[in-house]
Amino acid sequence: MTATVTRESIVGTPVDRVDGGLKVTGQAQYAADTPVEHAAFAVLVSSTIARGRILAIETEAAVAIPGVLKIFTHENAPRFKQPDPDWMNALVPSQTFMPLQSPEIIHYGQQVAVVVAETFETARAAAALVEVAYEVKPPLLLLHDPAAPRFQPDVFFGEPMQDARGDVDAALADAGGRIDATYTTPIESHNAMEPHATIAQWNGHRLIVHEPSQWMIGTRNYLAKVFDLAPEDVHVISPFVGGGFGAKGFSLPHSVFAAMAARAIGRPVKLMLSRAQVFTTTGHRAQTEQHLRIGASDDGQLTAIDHASTISSSYAGWFIEPPGLTTMFLYACPNVRIRHEAATLNLPAPCPMRAPGEAPGMFALESALDELAAQLEIDPIDLRIRNDAQTDPKTKLPFSSRHLVECLEAGADWFKWDRRPKKPRQMRDGDELVGWGVATATYAGLRGPASARVRKEDDRYIVEVATHDLGTGMYTIMTQVAAEALGVPISQVECRIGDSRFPPAPVAGGSQSTASVMPAVQAACLKLRESGGEMAEADAAPGDEQGRYSFQSFGAQFAEVRVDEAIGRVRVSRFLGVFDCGKILNPKTARSQMLGGIVFGIGQALFEEAVVDPRTGRLLTDSMAEYRVPVNADVGELEILFVEEPDYVLNPLGARGVGEIGITGVAAAIANAIYHAIGKRLRDLPITPEKLL
Amino acid sequence: MQAFELLTARKTDDALALIAQYEGAAFIAGGTTVVDLMKCGVTLPPVLIDINGLPFGEIDANEERIRIGALVRNSDVAYDRNVVHRLPMLSKAFLSGASGQLRNMATVGGNLLQRTRCPYFRDPASRCNKREPGTGCDAFEGIHRGHAILGTSNHCIATHPSDAAVALIALDAVVELAAPGGTRRVPIEEFYIVPGATPSIENVLLKGELITAVEIPLGAAQRNATYLKVRDRASYEFALVAVAAGLEFDGGTITQARLALGGVGAIPWRVRGAEQVLAGKKAGPQAFKEAAEAALEGAIPRRDNAFKVELAKRAVVRALETVVRER
Repeated sequence: MTATVTRESIVGTPVDRVDGGLKVTGQAQYAADTPVEHAAFAVLVSSTIARGRILAIETEAAVAIPGVLKIFTHENAPRFKQPDPDWMNALVPSQTFMPLQSPEIIHYGQQVAVVVAETFETARAAAALVEVAYEVKPPLLLLHDPAAPRFQPDVFFGEPMQDARGDVDAALADAGGRIDATYTTPIESHNAMEPHATIAQWNGHRLIVHEPSQWMIGTRNYLAKVFDLAPEDVHVISPFVGGGFGAKGFSLPHSVFAAMAARAIGRPVKLMLSRAQVFTTTGHRAQTEQHLRIGASDDGQLTAIDHASTISSSYAGWFIEPPGLTTMFLYACPNVRIRHEAATLNLPAPCPMRAPGEAPGMFALESALDELAAQLEIDPIDLRIRNDAQTDPKTKLPFSSRHLVECLEAGADWFKWDRRPKKPRQMRDGDELVGWGVATATYAGLRGPASARVRKEDDRYIVEVATHDLGTGMYTIMTQVAAEALGVPISQVECRIGDSRFPPAPVAGGSQSTASVMPAVQAACLKLRESGGEMAEADAAPGDEQGRYSFQSFGAQFAEVRVDEAIGRVRVSRFLGVFDCGKILNPKTARSQMLGGIVFGIGQALFEEAVVDPRTGRLLTDSMAEYRVPVNADVGELEILFVEEPDYVLNPLGARGVGEIGITGVAAAIANAIYHAIGKRLRDLPITPEKLL
Repeated sequence: MQAFELLTARKTDDALALIAQYEGAAFIAGGTTVVDLMKCGVTLPPVLIDINGLPFGEIDANEERIRIGALVRNSDVAYDRNVVHRLPMLSKAFLSGASGQLRNMATVGGNLLQRTRCPYFRDPASRCNKREPGTGCDAFEGIHRGHAILGTSNHCIATHPSDAAVALIALDAVVELAAPGGTRRVPIEEFYIVPGATPSIENVLLKGELITAVEIPLGAAQRNATYLKVRDRASYEFALVAVAAGLEFDGGTITQARLALGGVGAIPWRVRGAEQVLAGKKAGPQAFKEAAEAALEGAIPRRDNAFKVELAKRAVVRALETVVRER
């Protein structure tokens, strides 16, 4: 490449991952890989009960193992105050409960001791010898346990969770309720490939932390608060993250325990969670039960939607899954009501998981719409087009860019939807019935404030932002945007991220990093190019357009399934996602995000379920063998199309995020395709073989 | 996981001497089960004896039988030319087990000794009569969707997890065992022991004995055969229900049937009653349905695994249909 490369030829092209070589050769250094001299190793001991209290902890046998340095329990651990979630100050703990502070046990897997030793193997062996005696109380575990405290949450990141427009009851009575059905989704786990780990190292009063993070600034502020330090005295380093999906966004107690142990023994401490501990201490998607009632005219115009959700919640947490939010704005419907009720249970703290709210909520809404289409004998695509809204029905603001209809039409064309028989059970191939289903996908087009710095070193440009690459392609698209703005080939640009000392960026959640960080990178690079200087910094933040428009991405997802009814086997043989996410900065990495979202959705539809023993609260699916995510053999032919309509209202690049929308319509599209194949409506995820018999 | 000593046996006699010498020692070949259970804390052998250097890594075939050394890796059995053509049921069974990576490590001998995936067995904090005799069974009233419906007892409802063993039991394999006093041969059907009141005793292997080979007789019902596995996902998944089926025909009439079930038995479950139902009948839906009914005779389903009865019947029919189709 030469300096004559034009802007258009870098952003928007399928540049290979700039960090790909490092990753496939094993040179990318993830947090736990970081070599630290003279480090000790910490291993957590987990509660084997879900509710009760610790009567005694016997650590003598563990301490007796040569190489054990210290064992922390609630009896000797320093007292920490768990800060309240504070978005204004970028400080959000994942849970409200701080373990190791009292003998109280409120969920299975709760941290009850931290064993620190010279080696990982010694710490693990000693941890197994820590004997805990409990007083066991019957745990509250079931969504409908009458003893479980229940409450109606107010807001989800500013959005009302109890909300209504029009008169839903009257409209349902008038139009005749067409659909009245209940949909259920189980507890699901993020299961990123990289387990959580923290290396904590004190340098005087300064704390250095290596850990995989979706929000280094949040972790920095959290640890500063807990240890009473100035935020600039905490340095969080996270250059590579082996997947997060929401479970590495909010701050977790094990980070505190690593720092606690390091301070106590005066050495760096490396704390790694076991896979089982990742399942029980880093968050999950809550269980939901959703009751949907829909009214519509004979020609399919929606007249009323009532969406009431019951959500599992935790004594340890604050985060409440919001399945109903999308229902408020997705379609033009004059009468809509959403309600959320949470039941407080003895489960670990839930947290955001890829498309929180949308993933379970749109399974219900988009399944119900399919039921409505079948009942009214209207094509499910036509039904959605008939109810499209160009103005946000909730805020009454225009959408900055909404191309749902184009997605549906492009997908129908590609999928040859016109060949789809109207009735179920019409397509047979040997032992299998074939079915096609469709669902809408959507996710918010968020943007937050971000800053970037660029420095010139000889003929190279170093770009720095405290943002994150969760395997998403952030390094790559940042390099593209910087190169284009600087007018240099990408080989002259080096992007550095994953360091809390760099200019700040938002949490890598809510699919907002691209839309937030890229304008700052672009602005800093243009500034440097114009000034001809050695260094430039720029801040970029959303402006008053935020009050004038609704920003939302849309998509249409199409599934082909093959169902062998006799033996209860479903295969997703083809899947198409068509997405409207504004300008696509790199079709290769964006496509990869969408493929990942769809595979995630196939898991949600057919496999994933965290199974809790209803008597004890014990998590029975705490390994990669028992908690089923799709394997390659479960994934058929996937195709991704982008309806590329740049959204220049949102930011100068016209780009919205692509991280979460990919999953949002998948489970419904698959369930709808199963209905089309066999004529059986399945409303309870995951759709396992016995449900098909 | 606790610290352990790893010793290497170069000869069979050394292996047998070492296992006798160290209390609580265990053999390790592929390690796919024993290391897993050591990590769970289910088994804590202070000494592991590496037997990978012993001379049991060959497959040997003649006109009458195929002999597979205990140390042959699952992948190598599955892709062996003789196994593929003459014992397709066994090849398919091996290929349906675990994942590619595990199959490359796991050995035939170890496969026969796999332990159950019952989550209560795998969790030392749970009650389990198999892991700790006399403590009770948390699966009985707990979650038992994956559990057995045949051969169970009031003490244990755990499922035997092996796919290969289901095929081997349908094939009348013989297990060869070595001990300091010499070798003995045990028909695989007599190798496994149903849980009864002592679920911790899973087979007839004596303390210090080592599996050295399995031998499988050849014939038409071994060749006209298939293995059908119904599971929650397409790979790296244990069976909800599996069927090993083989038929020998005289025209359209079945002269001999071989049928065994996996995923539903406390041990790999041969269904000789169903085989007898098929013998002498015309191959077809009627006979297959009757066989399926007979195969599930005596099943004791519980709350979460009741579906396995119907699923297993349908899988038996499908497997038999497949054998006829592919004949």
